[in-house]
Amino acid sequence: MIGGLFIYNHKGEVLISRVYRDDIGSQAADSAVFSSSGPFLRERLGGSVRRNAVDAFRVNVIHARQQVRSPVTNIARTSFFHVKRSNIWLAAVTKQNVNAAMVFEFLYKMCDVMAAYFGKISEENIKNNFVLIYELLDEILDFGYPQNSETGALKTFITQQGIKSQTKEEQSQITSQVTGQIGWRREGIKYRRNELFLDVLESVNLLMSPQGQVLSAHVSGRVVMKSYLSGMPECKFGMNDKIVIEKQGKGTADETSKSGKQSIAIDDCTFHQCVRLSKFDSERSISFIPPDGEFELMRYRTTKDIILPFRVIPLVREVGRTKLEVKVVIKSNFKPSLLAQKIEVRIPTPLNTSGVQVICMKGKAKYKASENAIVWKIKRMAGMKESQISAEIELLPTNDKKKWARPPISMNFEVPFAPSGLKVRYLKVFEPKLNYSDHDVIKWVRYIGRSGIYETRC
Amino acid sequence: MTVGKDVSALFPDVVNCMQTDNLELKKLVYLYLMNYAKSQPDMAIMAVNTFVKDCEDPNPLIRALAVRTMGCIRVDKITEYLCEPLRKCLKDEDPYVRKTAAVCVAKLHDINAQLVEDQGFLDTLKDLISDSNPMVVANAAAALSEIAESHPSSNLLDLNPQSINKLLTALNECTEWGQIFILDCLANYTPKDDREAQSICERVTPRLSHANSAVVLSAVKVLMKFMEMLSKDLDYYGTLLKKLAPPLVTLLSAEPELQYVALRNINLIVQKRPEILKHEMKVFFVKYNDPIYVKLEKLDIMIRLASQANIAQVLAELKEYATEVDVDFVRKAVRAIGRCAIKVEQSAERCVSTLLDLIQTKVNYVVQEAIVVIKDIFRKYPNKYESVIATLCENLDSLDEPEARAAMIWIVGEYAERIDNADELLESFLEGFHDESTQVQLQLLTAIVKLFLKKPTETQELVQQVLSLATQDSDNPDLRDRGYIYWRLLSTDPVAAKEVVLAEKPLISEETDLIEPTLLDELICYIGTLASVYHKPPSAFVEGGRGVVHKSLPPRTASNESTESPETAPAGAPPGEQPDVIPAQGDLLGDLLNLDLGPPVSGPPLATSSVQMGAVDLLGGGLDSLIGGTNFVAPTTAAAPANLGAPIGSGLSDLFDLTSGVGTLSGSYVAPKAVWLPAMKAKGLEISGTFTRQVASISMDLQLTNKALQVMTDFAIQFNRNSFGLAPAAPLQVHAPLSPNQTVEISLPLSTVGSVMKMEPLNNLQVAVKNNIDVFYFRTLYPLHILFVEDGKMGES
Repeated sequence: MIGGLFIYNHKGEVLISRVYRDDIGSQAADSAVFSSSGPFLRERLGGSVRRNAVDAFRVNVIHARQQVRSPVTNIARTSFFHVKRSNIWLAAVTKQNVNAAMVFEFLYKMCDVMAAYFGKISEENIKNNFVLIYELLDEILDFGYPQNSETGALKTFITQQGIKSQTKEEQSQITSQVTGQIGWRREGIKYRRNELFLDVLESVNLLMSPQGQVLSAHVSGRVVMKSYLSGMPECKFGMNDKIVIEKQGKGTADETSKSGKQSIAIDDCTFHQCVRLSKFDSERSISFIPPDGEFELMRYRTTKDIILPFRVIPLVREVGRTKLEVKVVIKSNFKPSLLAQKIEVRIPTPLNTSGVQVICMKGKAKYKASENAIVWKIKRMAGMKESQISAEIELLPTNDKKKWARPPISMNFEVPFAPSGLKVRYLKVFEPKLNYSDHDVIKWVRYIGRSGIYETRC
Repeated sequence: MTVGKDVSALFPDVVNCMQTDNLELKKLVYLYLMNYAKSQPDMAIMAVNTFVKDCEDPNPLIRALAVRTMGCIRVDKITEYLCEPLRKCLKDEDPYVRKTAAVCVAKLHDINAQLVEDQGFLDTLKDLISDSNPMVVANAAAALSEIAESHPSSNLLDLNPQSINKLLTALNECTEWGQIFILDCLANYTPKDDREAQSICERVTPRLSHANSAVVLSAVKVLMKFMEMLSKDLDYYGTLLKKLAPPLVTLLSAEPELQYVALRNINLIVQKRPEILKHEMKVFFVKYNDPIYVKLEKLDIMIRLASQANIAQVLAELKEYATEVDVDFVRKAVRAIGRCAIKVEQSAERCVSTLLDLIQTKVNYVVQEAIVVIKDIFRKYPNKYESVIATLCENLDSLDEPEARAAMIWIVGEYAERIDNADELLESFLEGFHDESTQVQLQLLTAIVKLFLKKPTETQELVQQVLSLATQDSDNPDLRDRGYIYWRLLSTDPVAAKEVVLAEKPLISEETDLIEPTLLDELICYIGTLASVYHKPPSAFVEGGRGVVHKSLPPRTASNESTESPETAPAGAPPGEQPDVIPAQGDLLGDLLNLDLGPPVSGPPLATSSVQMGAVDLLGGGLDSLIGGTNFVAPTTAAAPANLGAPIGSGLSDLFDLTSGVGTLSGSYVAPKAVWLPAMKAKGLEISGTFTRQVASISMDLQLTNKALQVMTDFAIQFNRNSFGLAPAAPLQVHAPLSPNQTVEISLPLSTVGSVMKMEPLNNLQVAVKNNIDVFYFRTLYPLHILFVEDGKMGES
């Protein structure tokens, strides 16, 4: 299991180091450090042997000359898993054959937990919350085994102010919650107004050939729920999942064909740990007791019948060796009554561009030399419309033999519908113990479709 | 402390703060203790009292904290004090304390394994598997797995169906991490039959929709392993296969680091069960801003999934990738195009034209990579795409990497007759012969010999030059040896040389870079772990005894399947068709049929004539060792005895000949001469021979051949002591000096009056032969029938 956890700043200085197992930092890592770093480090190593592992990572990964070739590095039989958040490195170290997926999941979780406690993960925040982080590390990782890492539960007994004295009932409540079946929700939550918000957030990913052929397209969506519900409410979530609708519509063939149009085929979905997976597997119903506040209920992926909100038609012509002509047309493809927002088209330019002239019908376009791209922004655009940009790019003559790689044209946007076609059909709330019913709960649903990696090759 | 400053001097002061009521301060003091207790073991004892007291605290959080911290203090003296509180905590009423105590057993075991066993903690731990709280169960499972790993022989993890049931129940209820521990623990279990395997699979499948990728991968591991036991005819088997694909694809929308882990695992899964993901090619298309490690892995999987159905798409993608920026990635993409050509025959033509397009870009590394793969394509489809050679030759000057140079030289040598200026081209390479890498040198040597055999008239000088460069000026034994072989081949028998050097080459196999099947099976058992990321068994990167237990897939239970043997890989590859694995590039142990660069072929090359058989003998003695046990039946190069009716080169039928000979006890049977001492080992002296018995006298018929370039004289022979006291009855008489390429036949009379020593095997004979050059030793086995006297009794006891 995880032998130790280190947090470094961008210079490779250790901000946090927590060692769980003795095997970390034994002699093995020495050779790697000494061979590549010389006497300076040796002086700094001082008394503690653990520093070897710490330094090995600094020398071989953070200060490495070339790009990181793998998120898992094995230095002298010690494996380092790392993730980077802004300019902070988190590294988990082990000498055993650990579950690699688990270690990465844990590192992400660690980031989430820290973010939930003190916001952005930055060097300053980490230094300021030094004690808190050690307390957290002590609680969520025991002998390298991840324990409960739900912020909701952790916040009940790891507080920044230090724990106030609790009554005996409170203590046992905490422990039963941390270890219990519903570790993500505490008892006795009360709201005057029972309310819930559902956000269906989708990102459309597209890779299109210059000829307009869809090479790959998929939607990865998330259903994020914000719940402000009293007690221990039992929820049931329904959407227009093809399998469910076909099951229900078995009786009347007519209905099946009618609703079949509106249902969507979900390739795969994953759920928050509060969802009863066995129930989903057998009945395909999504039932759960939600955590309090915001959480991600499910993630899903679809590949069939995706509504592609925009189509990009590129035309690149090389006029001689020093000039390029680019024309890009975008077409919006959704109901005219809806408005897409924050549209941005990014047209890459060669490295040896010397000047660019742009003409566009709508919005603003600018050549950004530092990004090697023409950025075309349109604030709003209704459905079934079309817009166009044309640009002349002047090139400096170079003797570089290598051809320009022609990176794809990428696009960003936001649309007020779900490109996968997903619809929330219901979200029912039952709380048998308290006297509020499904009808008393105020429910809000919102759909947002954003561009993921939306690229057209040119 | 955590930034590396030594603050151990403050130990007594810090310990004084331990008794505080402030939990936050207490935690900090404990953290300090964990760090420095080891350096101050005597002082650490002072803390014990507080620990024991804290373990009795009414607050379960403090009890757990105390027991957790105590386990982290690795001081021998303390461990004794730890036992009692730990025992209490394992039975604590609060689950939070119990789950902490469960992990503490693993900690204690790590410090003092014997103590844990003596105190009976292991049994308590096993009891915790049946605990009512899911988290306690999960931690107990984790602790047990870890302890069991360091005791491969123990029966700790011999779970019974009841405890498996408990684990599966807890699986539905515990935290995501707990689910991982339980799934990993389940993966170590071997169900007793396919029924049980199926029921476990059914209860594990829901985990595939968990948001945590590690839970998904661990579930995949369990399913992949137990699937092995299920019958393929079962409906459930098919359903399971279908259920596996979507979650694997979903893993690819996780964060890049997890994608990398997932891709490394998918790579294994695709090799084991290609059918799972065969329709999912598109999801492995590379995105422009994927990190490089994800790109490279995706590319690998794309090639594995390439088939006739999707090849057009794949090729279009690969061509796109070949224009990217990252050099490694581009190279791999180019190589992938070549692999597609070899894998999918229908696409070969398109691949070749794509490669030619890429060569036109003149980007140095692209051209070199393209040439390397085109060489493989030539090997796979001979006499089909040779028209491109002209284009290749244009790029001769830009090649600076050994692999590309060697590939180009191979092409020139192989198709020397179609390239008008082949001799000039090769000559240009020859100029810097000694600066080239071994790979290129070997290839150049072979290519020039090929050229000479194809166009003997104009290239004599060239071949002389390269042979002398290889044999006289080189320090490399491989190169020298090969030089000598060619030299002798060419000088003795040009026809034989032609047959050896220009022999028809076997085709290369389709699948490449496959992981060896046994390793693959082992790695499947390690899905999700580091081993699967490195594609190495844990023993390769884990120190000491931990985690090096060899795991293997469970055998298929043959309850309703009698036709299929349990070992058969269920992936659809019938036994015996295991594809060969291309060794790492730069492996210089290529065989001598000038296939340095290509993949090895399955099975030894078949000898096509006696001449070639002899040549192979001469080449390395490899065959000698191959048939070492039946030395006396191998045919010799020159004079195969007339009484040998069996076809030359088939040792097996010779063997039958022999048995029939011995069986009749005619006494006149003479085994054909076998090469006892190959020329390679004896500086050019080749000795072959056999034993005969004629009318009460034993003799050894020898044939000495001088394959060296100098005259041999002064022969003598001596036997080592042997089981039957065999000894030469007369000195070895070679009347005239043996000039190069000359052969003499001598019959050496033997007596059985020499000194006796029991040999192993009984009929082993060690012989020393001396000449003016050196003394050579060899051993041979003599047939026992030469010792039999004609009256049917053994001649000597």
